Order: sequence, then structure tokens, then C-alpha cells
Amino acid sequence: MAKIKRKYDFLFAGVGGQGTILASDILSEVGMRCGYDVKKSEVHGMSQRGGAVESHVRWGEKVYSPLIEEGKTDFLLAFEMLEAARWTRFTSVDTIAIINRHRIFPPDVNLGRARYPEENEIEGILAGTGAKVLWVEGTAKAVELGNPALGGVVLLGVLSTYLDEPADVWEKAVADLVPPKFKDLNIMAFYAGRELVQK
Amino acid sequence: MKKIMSGNEAIAYGAYLAGIKVGAGYPGTPSTEVLENFSRYPGVYAEWSPNEKVAMEVGVGVAYAGGRALVTMKHVGLNVAADPLFSVSYTGTKGALVIVNADDPSMHSSQNEQDNRHYARAAKVAMLEPADSEEAKRFVKIAVEISEKFDTPVIIRSTTRLSHSRSIVELEDEPPAAEAEPVDYERNASKYVMVPANARQRRLVVEERMKKLAEFADSTPINYIVPGGSELGIIASGVNYQYAREVFPDATFLKLGMVYPLPEKLIRDLAGRVKQVVVVEELDPFIEEQVRLLGIPVRGKDVFPNIGEFSQGRVRKCAADAGLIAEGASMPAVELPSLPVRPPMLCPGCAHRPVFYALQRLRAAVFGDIGCYTLGAAPPLASMHTCLCMGASIGIVHGVDRVRVKDRTVAVIGDSTFFHSGITPLLNLISNGGSSTVIVVDNRITAMTGHQPHPGTGRTLMGKEVPEVSIESLARAIGFKKVDVINPYDFKVVLNTIREHIQSGEPSLIVSQYPCVLNTREKKPAPVVDQEVCNECGNCLRIGCSPITKSDRGIMIDPALCNGCGFCASICSRGAIQVWTAEGGGEN
Repeated sequence: MAKIKRKYDFLFAGVGGQGTILASDILSEVGMRCGYDVKKSEVHGMSQRGGAVESHVRWGEKVYSPLIEEGKTDFLLAFEMLEAARWTRFTSVDTIAIINRHRIFPPDVNLGRARYPEENEIEGILAGTGAKVLWVEGTAKAVELGNPALGGVVLLGVLSTYLDEPADVWEKAVADLVPPKFKDLNIMAFYAGRELVQK
Repeated sequence: MKKIMSGNEAIAYGAYLAGIKVGAGYPGTPSTEVLENFSRYPGVYAEWSPNEKVAMEVGVGVAYAGGRALVTMKHVGLNVAADPLFSVSYTGTKGALVIVNADDPSMHSSQNEQDNRHYARAAKVAMLEPADSEEAKRFVKIAVEISEKFDTPVIIRSTTRLSHSRSIVELEDEPPAAEAEPVDYERNASKYVMVPANARQRRLVVEERMKKLAEFADSTPINYIVPGGSELGIIASGVNYQYAREVFPDATFLKLGMVYPLPEKLIRDLAGRVKQVVVVEELDPFIEEQVRLLGIPVRGKDVFPNIGEFSQGRVRKCAADAGLIAEGASMPAVELPSLPVRPPMLCPGCAHRPVFYALQRLRAAVFGDIGCYTLGAAPPLASMHTCLCMGASIGIVHGVDRVRVKDRTVAVIGDSTFFHSGITPLLNLISNGGSSTVIVVDNRITAMTGHQPHPGTGRTLMGKEVPEVSIESLARAIGFKKVDVINPYDFKVVLNTIREHIQSGEPSLIVSQYPCVLNTREKKPAPVVDQEVCNECGNCLRIGCSPITKSDRGIMIDPALCNGCGFCASICSRGAIQVWTAEGGGEN
């Protein structure tokens, strides 16, 4: 069991149906198996109908609040570009923002009533708090593997390279939490994510 | 062994461990998963009742017979179940009656933000409030013990944040599976028949019990003091305790697991240890006012707001503003540009959409109700003009029709909501000579909360096949002569039927029936827009269906999102949208 050195906050942001909840469940499981106290909080209900989805995961020796405090997240994992910008207030100079280069247009953008921000604008918004931005071709990699729904696990692979927890613990948690039918594909997606960073 | 569970999963697990064998409830965010998870444990029986009052009465019956009962609902559901609650407090319960009630501060998915701790005080029953999933599991067992020891119903109060947060739970040994032998029903009229003479006697018992429960509150280990500094003494319960622990690391705490009745000795103990007592509680000053009544100077709502959910950031900011702590909130001063929002919309392929599009075309004043179809109030359909509480639509349209308004009027109610509390106002409408039109948008399932069965589904929570209750037959049986069942995707029929019913001047009912496509997983190929024929009139954009978008290349339908219902094709005046038929060809 790993020694508990510190606490980590991970904020997941995405759109209903992107697999945000599953990915944050896997991350919680990794934390517990590595000996951390773990709490997770998410929004339910209306969000499944195409709404914005946020999920907070916290690891630590003892975690009190299930919520991450604004300006204090260690990682922002955005499954969608606009959603990365939406949760900027949780970031700071100590935040690493891992952003999937993928756009899902909200209704007002589709109807021409609002403009979807450009990539450099989103990066600029996050740079305002000093957050370091890492763009990741998560969905593109997932499509390459045959299913866009694997994008979340690709992102977990990217995240895992920033943490000390051994890859086999991650692999086991992925294997245990995804539907059995898609186990091998998800493990491939996880390692594909790790390689995206090492390149 | 440990497992990560949501608060709701942990309550269900705790109920199973505590030997509760029967559960009843009505679905409502954020409480729904309690009963769903409970129903999956071996040797238990669980049911979705038509509404919370019925669920409560089922639970009362279980407890009267000496069994242990779990009753679940969201906060507004307890309004519906309040009638039996207030009197079962008098009769007592014999077996355990544990009521799980989930409040929704910030109204993540509710119509109001009521603080149901008041119910414990008003109905004179004990209330527990866990602060994480491990406590959620443990507190059910304690609730069972309190209920049986003190002969009282016990409410476990959750909030959205507790119900939908996940944390680590210690797994325990399975409870004994032994089936209890049938027992004689205990007949005790003076205890269980609440006629005035008996009720007056039970009223005295209730007060005696409250005194004993207050003494218990001072001795139970779920209320305890966390020693700390002598400046601040914080009283908190539930998830607010977690926020406060982060904001006031040096304070002395009184952690309350039982929020009603309150432990007077422990509160005085805390007050004696510190210079200043502060209550950190969401919503109303429920604890604060009772502490003040003890004659103890206390701060609370002068520091923290009585509206909306807390977080440690919010607690920190308020505490800093009030000078309770030195450091302020660490929120970065970032100016966010206004970003496009993602409002919830009716799903692609939703059978409610044609009804609201028709009502928009008819410019009807629509008295709505609670469910997925409440999204018919959102633009661009914008065809619902009231939404008050479960089942209100039919009573309201009848009231509106008693006043002379120029508008065409109609009530719209979902099937689950109709069974919940729409039948009584329908009786009212017919038996008082009303002339309103009611549309039941019937998708054969409680869709909004994640597809729970109801009396029209033909299947129970435990998976048993049962007769489907027909809304059409029910309406005819109580005297409605004008009743039509329509397929919502047949848009001409939808439009003509609604128009004709409204103009008829007689009480009438339309059942717009099609099973929820998300539940049946019905999906057909997406239609294609013929750009040669389309003149971009924008009609299809006004049905509020997310796969339909306007781009530089014209109107497009995203095949990944589209459900293939073909409604857009049926309202395209130029016939530019081609649906794919079973024969494999395009058709306008």
C-alpha cells in the first residue's frame, strides 16, 4: 500500500453521456486501492439530458468535504473544450488542466444564437488563473480504437502519468469497473492515453 | 473489506444489514436510488407505491404488524405523506418504521427548497442526519433501534450532496436470512384507533416519548464533541459538518448525528468550553433557534445564508466576512466571459415533443405538472405556463376555467404523476360539472427519475408482471364521455384532436400514448435533409430537438444524436426531410 503523502483534488467536466461519471468512479477506486480516503461528488438528474456534468474526486489521508474548493483543484479533466472553460474558477497556478480536444455544440450555438469559443480563447481563459493546459486528442484516439466512448479512459491514462500510483493498479480498476464486454478495449485505451503523454 | 458507495447505496445497504425486509417509496431525485438498491438485496420486498402517502401507509402497516419498514421519498414527497406521519407519531409503530427523506438545497432538481427538519419537530419524531456514506449505513441500524425502543417513527434526513456523494463504506457480515414465523396481529384499539378519546391519551405518550428521546440524544454516541480550541465552538450535522471541519480546523465541534430532538447537555457542554458558539447549517436556522432558546448566545444565520447549498468555499467566505477566521476564500479573481449554457431539453425522439408543438400552434394556456414533460416549458417550445407540485395541473385548469379567460386552456400531466395525484382532481373535475380538457402524456414509465415502473407499466419493482392500469378506462369509468387515445407521432391527429377537445365545451381527456424511447431503446436511422429542397425556413429548429442544427452547409441532423422518430419530417412544410423506411428507401 502506497504511503499517503498528500491530498489530490480532481475535477471532471463534460457533457451528459460522455462517460464522465464512469471515469471518475474508476479514479475513486484507484485512490481507495492505493490506501487513500476517497470522496466523490457528482450531479445527477437533469444532467443526463445533454446538460453539463461535473464530478469531484478527492484523495487524501482524511477527506472531509466531498466537494473541491474553488481555486484549489490539482487537476481539471475536461472531456469537452467548452466545459474546460466553464469550470475555470476551480483552477489556479497549481492546476494542470487536461483538455480533450473535442467540441459538443450547445443548443444556442446550433441555433446561431451564441458563439462557441476558439481554442486559444479557452486556453486564455484558463491561463488567467495560471493553470497549465495540456491538450489531448482523447476522442480522436478513442475513435481510432473503434469507440468514442473510450475517450474518458484515454484521459485517465494521460492523468496516470502525473501520479505515482503504479499502472497495474489503474489497469485493474479499469478492468473491474467497465462492462466486461469492453474490458480489453478499455485497457488498451488506458495505455494509449499513457503513450499520448510520453510521446 | 471496503467499498465506495453513494449515500443512497449506503442507506439501502444499512437497511438490509438492519434486518429491514420491506421497503416502499415513490421515486424523486435525490432519493430514488435508496429503494432501487434496497430492492436488489436477497430476502427483501420493495415496491414503488403510486405516491408517498401510500408508501408511508404501507410502511405503517409493516411496522404495525411487527415488521421493519423502510419508506423513501424526496423532501416534497413528505408533504404528500405528512398526513399519516403526524398520526403514526401518536400510535407508535411496534416494529421499526424508518423514513428516508432527501432534501434538495439549491434545488438541483426540485420545485422548492423546503427544510424538512421542521417535520421532525412538527410531527414530534426523531430525526437522524448522516454526514457520509459510512454513517448513512450505520445510522439506519440506529434508527431501527430508536424506532423499536421508543415506539416511534424515525426520519433519516439526507440532502442531495449526501445522497449523491460517494465515500468508503466498511462491508459487514450478512444479516441472518431466517424467515420469521407468522405471528398473531396485535389488536390494541386504544393505541391504534385514533378517535379523539384515544388520541388524547396517546398525545400524553408522545410528550413522554419526546422527553426520553431528548435524554437519549445526550447519551447516544452519534452526538459527540470533537475537542479543539477555546475560541470557536461549531455545531454542525450532515455534510455541513464536513465543510466546517475544513474551514475551522482549530475549533471545538459538536457533531450532531441526531438533529431532533437536540442534546441539551452536550450543547451546554460545548458552550462552556468556548468563547463563541456558531451553528453551520444549510437552509433554516433550525438548530440555531433551539440553541438560542436554551439561553446560549449563538451565531448562525447572521453569518451564513438561509438560501442554497453550502460548500467549504462558501462557508469560508462567510466566516471570513464575519471575522470568525482570518483567511478569506481563495477564489481566483478570474473574469469569465459569458459561455453558452447547456440547458436540459426534451430528449431526441421524445414523444412529448409533438404534443407541446401542437399546443404552441394552438396558442393554448397550458397548466402543467412535474416530470420530463415540464421541459415543454423551455424555449423554443415554451408551451407550459404553470408547474406547481405533483398532480396540480388538473385542479388548476378547473380553477382557471371557473374564471372567464379568453385563452384556450388545457392541463398536461404525465402518466406517473397522474397515478400519483391526478386521479382525485379528475374526479373533482367530472363530479363538479367541469368542462376542462386534460392531456395525459403517457410514456408508460416514470421517466424523469430513471424509468421506475408505475401502475400503468404492467411490471413491479421486483420484476413481477401485473395488469396495466388503463388511464382511458379509468376516465370512462368515472364518467368521462369524451376520451381519445392518440399516437403522438401522428401529428395531424394530435393537432386536430386537441383542437376539437378544447372547443367541445365538455370535460374531456386525451391520452397521448407512446412508450419512452429511452426506456425501450427504440432507435431508427436518422432522417436526412435534402439541401436542394430545404429553404431554411427554420420550422424544424423550432421543435427544440438537439440533433437538428443550422450550419454554413444548411440544416443538418446529427445521426449520432438523432433517435429517428421522424417528427421533424412530419412538420417540414416543404417535405425536405427524408425518413428512412423499413423497405430501405427514403420517403418524405
